[in-house]
Amino acid sequence: MARSERRFTFAWAGVVPFVAFALLFLVLPTFYLFTNSFKNLQGSPEANSAYGQLTVNNYAHLATPNIIDAYGASIEISLVTAIGGGLFGFLLAYAVIAGGLPRFLRSPLMTFSGVASNFAGVPLALAFTFTLGASGILTPFIKGAGLSLNIYSKTSLELAYLYFQFPLMVLIIAPAIDGLKKDWREAAENMGATTSQYWRYVALPILTPSLLGSVILLFGNAFGAQATAFELSGGTINIVTIQITRQLRGDVANDEGVGYAMAMGMVVIMALSIAAYSFLQRRSERWLR
Amino acid sequence: MTGPGPFGRHPDAIDSVADGPPAVETRPSRLRSLPWWIVFIIGILYFFLPLLGTFAFSLRAQPLFSAYAIVTDDPQFFATLIYSFVVGILTIIVSTVLIVPTAYWVRLRLPRLRPYVEFITLLPFVVPPIILVFGLLRTYGSGPLPLAGSDFGSNILLVAAYTVLSLPYMYRAVDTGLRAIDIRSLTEASQSLGAGWPTILWRVIFPNVRTSILSGAFLTLAIVVGEYTIATFLARPAFGPYISLIGGNLAYEPAAVSLISFGLTWIAMGFISIVGRRSRTRLQLTGAH
Repeated sequence: MARSERRFTFAWAGVVPFVAFALLFLVLPTFYLFTNSFKNLQGSPEANSAYGQLTVNNYAHLATPNIIDAYGASIEISLVTAIGGGLFGFLLAYAVIAGGLPRFLRSPLMTFSGVASNFAGVPLALAFTFTLGASGILTPFIKGAGLSLNIYSKTSLELAYLYFQFPLMVLIIAPAIDGLKKDWREAAENMGATTSQYWRYVALPILTPSLLGSVILLFGNAFGAQATAFELSGGTINIVTIQITRQLRGDVANDEGVGYAMAMGMVVIMALSIAAYSFLQRRSERWLR
Repeated sequence: MTGPGPFGRHPDAIDSVADGPPAVETRPSRLRSLPWWIVFIIGILYFFLPLLGTFAFSLRAQPLFSAYAIVTDDPQFFATLIYSFVVGILTIIVSTVLIVPTAYWVRLRLPRLRPYVEFITLLPFVVPPIILVFGLLRTYGSGPLPLAGSDFGSNILLVAAYTVLSLPYMYRAVDTGLRAIDIRSLTEASQSLGAGWPTILWRVIFPNVRTSILSGAFLTLAIVVGEYTIATFLARPAFGPYISLIGGNLAYEPAAVSLISFGLTWIAMGFISIVGRRSRTRLQLTGAH
């Protein structure tokens, strides 16, 4: 008895360093933001008699037009690039895996996708500026075609995000496309199904959880992005991560509590999307083994 | 179906990746894959146009390639690159030391804890870099552990934050690596030969998951070396903030640096695909954007 008990405590000790690290550098900082989002931190202790007291006003403050705009723009950009990037990434992955393109294209595409999905932040923003910015290489052609593109606009940011979104989709959807068994298509065709019937009744139902889950992951990926947006727009675009950047730099009116509430708002949205992703991922694993 | 009955193509089905959908209407197959070719070409264009644009932009500097010469002559360029590289290596070491024993121990002795450990490793997706650095700065800016107040402390925070970012990839990689080997038998065999835990970990488990660690490590390096958000707010002399700094001050040199940074990502991914060929680890890639 005594021995097994000692082994029990010893076994727990094995995960202590990991848990301690996560507590110190991940949980505690988030918890700090959480608790302080419920404190009145407006102005300074000297000027504000209610300084440090518990309040939910910081969350009420999120309803100001400027912050609502920021959340709206963040959600819009993330949705557009998640759905657009998800759709195109799926088509691209399908093209190379099952669309009859030469097999040797697969490996380079996967490596490209690995590179592009990680080529983000400042260098990506600069690359887009040099290509589509005021003195960009492609700008004369775009103007020549009668179009115009403001590099500081939402559209530009979406184009830049798509650069890492659709390659990420290729990487995460490829296993699901691999998992579509040829037998299923043959079985469907032997029973007289047309291509569209096969897609509607066999392939899409099987792929749906993976597709949805991947799009949600892309959403989170765009929603949390800061560096690309900051560099591309010079910090002028109004999205949540940029609002938080301003709070951190002390560029805005001195109300830290609102900054913490904004951060928690982001955490909630990210948590919901990751939860939905893992749920759908587990569902899709039923078929795609 | 052109040929035999339901099982006529069965041998092929084993290699379902090989040649696309089965040949229902094989005859105009060239034509059938045309839309897929278009998708593929659009993907390639999207991928290469910003890079070509950036390259063309960098060539506007006179004399030719002088942008590259100026950048590589800048001592800051190498100083920041080396700093980021060292931080990347330290991150990989800390991450490996934390995760390999934990993942091993959880699989061996605490399988019930696995969902919880997995949950913790997913948290970095929920807390994006901008929120993480926000929390770290506030938690360790003052109070009992004012790490952010000194250079050394800030370096610790930077490595810690990057280790947090690496948790999802590292854990997944190592955990899949461990799944492929029989850790129970290996452990018992080592114990019966008189090995203690450090020996088992270092000389038995470690070498067996080396390829998994390596692919996780290169991914971490790709993310860390150009990272901007966390490094900026911790005021570290890292490569990401350096690119942003010259991006604001110089004309053509930033284009050169962006391409160099892209090349570094490419090298890291190249190593992953070389390493990955020898292991069955499949990594899901999302970076810090």
